[in-house]
Amino acid sequence: MPSSNGFQRFTGTPGYIVSGPLVDAVNCAIALERPLLLKGEPGTGKTVLARHVAEGLGMPMLSWHIKSTSKAADGLYVYDTVQRLNDSRFGTGDVADIRRYIKLGPLGRAFAAEQRHVLLIDEIDKADLEFPNDLLRELDEMRFSIVETGDEVVARERPVVLITSNNEKELPDAFLRRCVFHFIEFPDVTLMKKIVAVHHPHLEAKLLDQVLIKFYWLREQAELRKKPSTSELVDWISALLRAGLPPSEIEAHIPFIGALLKKEQDVDALQRHEARGGRYPAKWADLGPRYNQ
Amino acid sequence: MFLDLFYGLRAEGVPVSIQEWRALLEALEKGLHGSSLLRFYHLARACLVKSETYFDAFDRVFLRVFKGVEGALGDDVTEQLLDWLKDPKAFPELTPEQLAALQHLASDELMRRFLETLEKQTERHDGGDRWIGTGGRSPFGHGGVHPTGIRVGGPPKSRSAMKVAEERRFIDYRTDQALDVRQLRVAIRRMRQLTRSGQTTELDLDETIDETCRNAGEIELVFRAPRRNDVRLLLLMDVGGTMEPFYEPVSQLLTALHEERGLRDFEAYYFHNCVYDHVYRAARMWRDDALPTGDLLRRLDARWKVAIVGDAAMHPAELLEPNGAIDPRRTSSTPGIRWLHRIADHFDRTVWINPEEAVNWDDWPTVGIVRRLFPMYELTVDGLGAAVQALVGARV
Repeated sequence: MPSSNGFQRFTGTPGYIVSGPLVDAVNCAIALERPLLLKGEPGTGKTVLARHVAEGLGMPMLSWHIKSTSKAADGLYVYDTVQRLNDSRFGTGDVADIRRYIKLGPLGRAFAAEQRHVLLIDEIDKADLEFPNDLLRELDEMRFSIVETGDEVVARERPVVLITSNNEKELPDAFLRRCVFHFIEFPDVTLMKKIVAVHHPHLEAKLLDQVLIKFYWLREQAELRKKPSTSELVDWISALLRAGLPPSEIEAHIPFIGALLKKEQDVDALQRHEARGGRYPAKWADLGPRYNQ
Repeated sequence: MFLDLFYGLRAEGVPVSIQEWRALLEALEKGLHGSSLLRFYHLARACLVKSETYFDAFDRVFLRVFKGVEGALGDDVTEQLLDWLKDPKAFPELTPEQLAALQHLASDELMRRFLETLEKQTERHDGGDRWIGTGGRSPFGHGGVHPTGIRVGGPPKSRSAMKVAEERRFIDYRTDQALDVRQLRVAIRRMRQLTRSGQTTELDLDETIDETCRNAGEIELVFRAPRRNDVRLLLLMDVGGTMEPFYEPVSQLLTALHEERGLRDFEAYYFHNCVYDHVYRAARMWRDDALPTGDLLRRLDARWKVAIVGDAAMHPAELLEPNGAIDPRRTSSTPGIRWLHRIADHFDRTVWINPEEAVNWDDWPTVGIVRRLFPMYELTVDGLGAAVQALVGARV
């Protein structure tokens, strides 16, 4: 990896298209040794980024997928009391050694590891409101102590921490102050073409244009409750390719709409549009000046 | 100049602290901006702004602070200048005097240094890659050029930071005006008070250990009820008449509330202009849908949180006089204000959410009367957040 000025730099990987600002944000987080908080519409590749940062930096990756029941302490370590009780009752295992029942969580493992890791804390907003606050000190100082044994786990190599949020809950200010923030914008047409090319390298240009025109048109429709995302576009193109539909088929219709729209009301709205005799745009010019190529 | 950015952001209500400012300085010292104003823009935003809702404010401040700089200097900002500008060593213990001094520095001396460096830069015509002679520090590969062979999405060269800021693409994310169902849900989600009740399904580890010890090591499992939200919400909505223009935001609020699974109980009723003897289960407000308001108050106890959505804009007689209801079929000898009093007294916490902008509230005398009974909030994400706080937050 290119390394200059004392820190490793992330420059992107062939399998993932990043925008310049995002590269800068990742490098800023690495250089400042602060967590990078990523927000953005669902399906803009927040989670995937972590994998590619790890790949790009040549570091192993640990992920911690947050659920509504996740507690901050679980990320550090879990003391398996029930197992210990059970062992003591049935005389299996060495109950005297409490360390056997301490299991490090993803954060704990990233700290304890010899090598620098990329740590992904995925969908932090799923957890309880207090969750991020409970991690402040650990993320700041990159150390914690295990109460049961008195051991202290200190990070040998500060992990590169990436945190994603889907904006379902607000995050506390104290937590935000410690992060570098990046909001992944929805890709524009040029970037989207590159993204699609990574997934479908042999797509005909004509088909691609038709597909993107329909896709961006759909996203412009104010009635839609859930706008289709990048990952849904990629899936939709897969479906179209499997079915072997010619571009002309997509000019006037939107086949396999279920791949793009996931809400019944949205599909209904589209059907109403068709019933009213509404057309779909077939040229970029139909989408208005913003999309002039 | 740089401090203008900091204070400008604070003046716009963006929560920026010294901690974040120092992070930016550290990043600049490490040369992460690569001598390009555009990358500086992104870097500053990543370090200082922590929510896309403030991106628009950031754009506005950035434009104001750096306007003109770009015109004179193009898109290249030399590292020298930035290094010198920030002076990170002075920062950790900044007194107000020091801050003032720094601000003073930022005006003329800085500009001079800036232009000086830039002159040198044009001589070299290559964007200023090397400044070894003057800086005494090795400035590593900056220049804003991404190493070759990397796929970079945006064309960083063709767009200047000013253009980016000028586009103000994040205007839709502002919380003080934009509303969509998703944002509303975020605000509503804070409406919660956790209590333990219901089925005992969760293993209570502490109790289990205690009981097991008491039981001389025979495992004794103890279960408890999981924590769940105890908030019950009653929503009363004004429909028709002056509320027509607000159909969209109000229906979004209703959608968001119906989608919110966290509430323990949720009931919604409709009224027209003011609450009288009856409220209605459906917005069409037919006789069949009617429910005596008195029954509602008897059935729901004081723990219910009440949110009334309406513009409170009506003729004073509709609010204050007997038989004031505008619809002759629904006459009621009790004036509307009495009913509002009863609601405000009966329930512990009530709020009034007004879809009309706060600046227009004074246009209607009835709004003033209603506001004496209920704390009133705008139907914006911020207003709704404050209303939720008033319903479940600590009392002030």
